[in-house]
Amino acid sequence: MGSSETFSVLVEVRLRPGIADPQGATIERALPALGFDGVRAVRSGKAFRLEVEADSAEAAAARAGELAHRLLANPVIEESTVTVLG
Amino acid sequence: MAPRIGVVVFPGSNCEHDVVSALDQAGARAELVWHGATDLSGFDGVVVPGGFAHGDYLRPGAIARFSPVMAAVGELARSGRPVLGICNGFQVLTEAGLLPGALQKNRGLRFICDTVEVEVVSSRSVLTRDVAPGTVLRLPINHFEGNYTCDDETLTRLVAEDRVVLRYVDNPNGSTGDIAGVCNEAGNVVGLMPHPERATEELLGSADGLPVLTSFVAASAASAAVTA
Repeated sequence: MGSSETFSVLVEVRLRPGIADPQGATIERALPALGFDGVRAVRSGKAFRLEVEADSAEAAAARAGELAHRLLANPVIEESTVTVLG
Repeated sequence: MAPRIGVVVFPGSNCEHDVVSALDQAGARAELVWHGATDLSGFDGVVVPGGFAHGDYLRPGAIARFSPVMAAVGELARSGRPVLGICNGFQVLTEAGLLPGALQKNRGLRFICDTVEVEVVSSRSVLTRDVAPGTVLRLPINHFEGNYTCDDETLTRLVAEDRVVLRYVDNPNGSTGDIAGVCNEAGNVVGLMPHPERATEELLGSADGLPVLTSFVAASAASAAVTA
């Protein structure tokens, strides 16, 4: 076993493509009124910052991916991406 | 004998007393069960009531599905006994994988508190076995995340297998296929967004919840007879 380190991990959860996103659509419709023209495909989601103890960045990413799949995202309508920040 | 039906209470549940009262009215012996319970083997049926289990943190039902009682609810469901999820309870059952699909934020992003018409589509479920398809019921809805969502394949399957239990007559929340309630393959696990327990007296605006709750109680009694 290597020595365990703490990794800072970002998990982003968003709706799967094709799943209606009323929140994203509402934000998109509000933008022109604020002068932000030419912004499209707004999709809302959630972001989680975690500190994960693991032997390597890969192991930290794998663990975060697993917990994202089991808890942070509902795989029926959502998908997630994991980024190890350091 | 009146069937014994457990009504699960999570921190944040808020419809449990109404459900107990309505089930008793429909002929059951209903009692509250704390979400820390691990054994439901003495019950003939179980209801997961509405509210905001665990504060609806993360997503409605996302934390509740890991409460100790949910393993026992799953066991009860697999044993063929009736399981009903109302509103937040429906969300919990989908998160737990006991029912297909998911409940998303309403189209229009508004919390809806209204009385709506729903049509009984299938008599295959424990909730509707004694109610004729085509019957229209006036039931209260009270939700922000009631927009039933599933992929096309699931929808096709639900329709083909006659598992759409209730449909909105005038879709209030964007639900796929106008779905207000669905059941599992065996028909013993049902979830719906409307609140039948709030429609058990004409004085309160509608008594249309009684036939479905009576049907659920009768199904629980039948399952008790089989197990005994």
